Amino acid sequence: MTATLERVDVVRTTPAKGWSRSRARHRLTVLAFMAPAILGFALFFGYPLIATIGFSFTKYDLINPPEWVGLENYAYMFSDKLFRTAVYNTLWFVVVLTIARVVFALGVASVIARLKTGVGLVRTLCYLPSLAPPVAATLVFFLVMRPNEGPLDAFLGWFGIESPLWFADPVWAKPGIAAVMLWVSGDLMIIVLAAILDVPQEQYEAAELDGAGPVRRWWHVTLPTISPVLMFGVVNSIILALQLFTQAVVAGSAASGSADVTGSTKVLGFPENSTLTFPVWLYTQGFRYFDMGYAAAMATVLFVISFAATAVLVQRMRKATHQEEGGSGA
Amino acid sequence: MRKLHRAALLFVAATVSLTACAAGSGSTTEQSGPAAAPGRDDKFSLTVWSNYSGREQDEVTKALESFKKQYPNAEIKHEGSQDDDKITAGIRSGNPPDVALSFTTDNIGQFCSSGSFQELKPYIERDDVDLGQIPDAVRSYTEYKGNRCAMPMLSDVYGLYYNKDMLAEAGITTPPKTTAELLDFAKRTTKKAPDGTIEVAGFLPTMMFYANRPPIWAPNFGAKWTGSDGKSALATPEWAGMLEFQKQLVDFYGYENLERFRAGLGQEYSNDHAFHQKKIAMMMDGEYRTAFLKDQAPDVEFGTAPFPTSTPELYGIGFTTGTIMGIPKGAKNPGAAWELVKHLSFDTETIVTLANGIKNIPSTKAALADPRLEVDENFKTFIDLATSGKLQGNPVTPIGDAHIKAIGDFATSWQAGKVPDLMAGLKEVDQQIDDQIAKSGK
Repeated sequence: MTATLERVDVVRTTPAKGWSRSRARHRLTVLAFMAPAILGFALFFGYPLIATIGFSFTKYDLINPPEWVGLENYAYMFSDKLFRTAVYNTLWFVVVLTIARVVFALGVASVIARLKTGVGLVRTLCYLPSLAPPVAATLVFFLVMRPNEGPLDAFLGWFGIESPLWFADPVWAKPGIAAVMLWVSGDLMIIVLAAILDVPQEQYEAAELDGAGPVRRWWHVTLPTISPVLMFGVVNSIILALQLFTQAVVAGSAASGSADVTGSTKVLGFPENSTLTFPVWLYTQGFRYFDMGYAAAMATVLFVISFAATAVLVQRMRKATHQEEGGSGA
Repeated sequence: MRKLHRAALLFVAATVSLTACAAGSGSTTEQSGPAAAPGRDDKFSLTVWSNYSGREQDEVTKALESFKKQYPNAEIKHEGSQDDDKITAGIRSGNPPDVALSFTTDNIGQFCSSGSFQELKPYIERDDVDLGQIPDAVRSYTEYKGNRCAMPMLSDVYGLYYNKDMLAEAGITTPPKTTAELLDFAKRTTKKAPDGTIEVAGFLPTMMFYANRPPIWAPNFGAKWTGSDGKSALATPEWAGMLEFQKQLVDFYGYENLERFRAGLGQEYSNDHAFHQKKIAMMMDGEYRTAFLKDQAPDVEFGTAPFPTSTPELYGIGFTTGTIMGIPKGAKNPGAAWELVKHLSFDTETIVTLANGIKNIPSTKAALADPRLEVDENFKTFIDLATSGKLQGNPVTPIGDAHIKAIGDFATSWQAGKVPDLMAGLKEVDQQIDDQIAKSGK
């Protein structure tokens, strides 16, 4: 799964006039082919990003022209109590969800990779939930875990265990949402499974000849080889957790008893703001309190954090890959 | 280094220009003065957005079609399931409807102060419209700081629902009139299993559940949102009294016990509603519940009454809210749109027919008194409340429902026993609301 780039030494010579023209034509051709992607990137990523940063320095109610307020929106974050709550909730998801998703995907993929029969069926069954729409998936979990009424409550009752209130309990609401997110992480599982199946058999055979058992083979062969894919899983999970919105809103609304109120005030963050994630608070500020300047400042902070986390992880991944290559070459 | 500076400068320039471009996209120039009304035989079309769906959308469409009595060649396109976010997006994109119907009055402050909805005063003055036809409380939630940018289309009034059989079983013959009686009756109608778990709750006090929301409860405790200086004033004996009443009931049930019971109850607008399922004996709710009960739980023998109050002299007070109509900024045909808004606001036959269709309260005095209005014993409670002149509307602010969330969050912490000092906590909520309003600059 690792890819290496071979260094190509280019001997620079004074180009002939015709050669230069052909190179320019070549570059233009490349640019023409890349133009749709560049345009799309500039229009749907660059423009919104720069505009958002611009709005973050303004007071903007979505209707009237924005007024420049400098760093006021950023300063307000320090006095906004729910901003801190939202940061805490999102960090909780970043830590728990990242670890849980990667471990879960690795565990399930490792088991499937060792199966002798029924591989296709198990793989399909594990992947299918990831195709479920987030609203439907969350509502299914809400109904299954519903206190007094849901099947999970009855199941735990057979063993004399009192079920927690899950989405209605500020302590258990986040683990409940994490359970939904794990159930739909079949996409990561498939990627990890592909990486495991891609590990060269010779490495296992060599390790086996050296007397390594299944656990040591997994630890010393499988894990290092698929580490770039696991790092991708980590980055992907962090971004997923930082953007957690739908599941939090649906779970909170359903647990509050106001899931199908249309137009009326919906209860966001229920119970006791335990599901008020950073994106939910951002949405609330922008679209329910009409403070788009502040929402843009929050979005900018979220972008910076996501970017920094991704950059650090990618750098570490590259470093690890280089060390591994250096190590294997020695 | 010079490259870096150049890149930074370019970035700042791009940011400023793109922000200006993005912000400018939603602005359109409004004409001064009221737009002319169409001629009776003119052919024109109007687009109306509302958040209605299903049967209610059909009823509203019928009401809109009645406009053709005045303008036979008008064509009206009614699009349902359009919430306030979509209305705002429509205005920003320069493609708003001619008339927008909003289900919530939470956003009226923003709609009026930002200019999202056009000011209607010039039309009202030109056509000599008598706003005195609209009850005071309804008028209050359709304007902001003297700017009337919306008109009401029916209203909701809140009162007490009680299960007659459950009250009779507990030896209670009349519904409670004071909160002290409510507390007593709630205890007497509550049923607990031998292990202490709740089987039936006399009255569910959990805040932010069903209609248990601070703005809906507040009038019955004499609680006001603002002081004479216009600032948030929740740190008052009235608000504290409301929360203490609530906490007394929470403590009676036991918070954990109550939460376990509540978490298993059905959704507010489903057949599974706790009152439909006879799991609660009394509750606060709007007049629309009479239609839900008739349709979904015909076996529930229920009665309605004004919601109990903290002091006897307050009895008969209640909360009101409703659907509002406005002409969005950038509407293509504002002159005709105003004629439609006026028709829906004041045509008694249309209002009565619609009120009968979706079981809401008419929003004019004439329609409230109209003999064609279908009023049974339970619905009469709400009509009486609506004509009492004692109703209070939603507090109007430019910050959406931020103030409701602030006190709602506080109340849920309070009921969980996480607030050591009630008055100090309420002062913090005041500060939070004032800060948010100050930040809006409106």
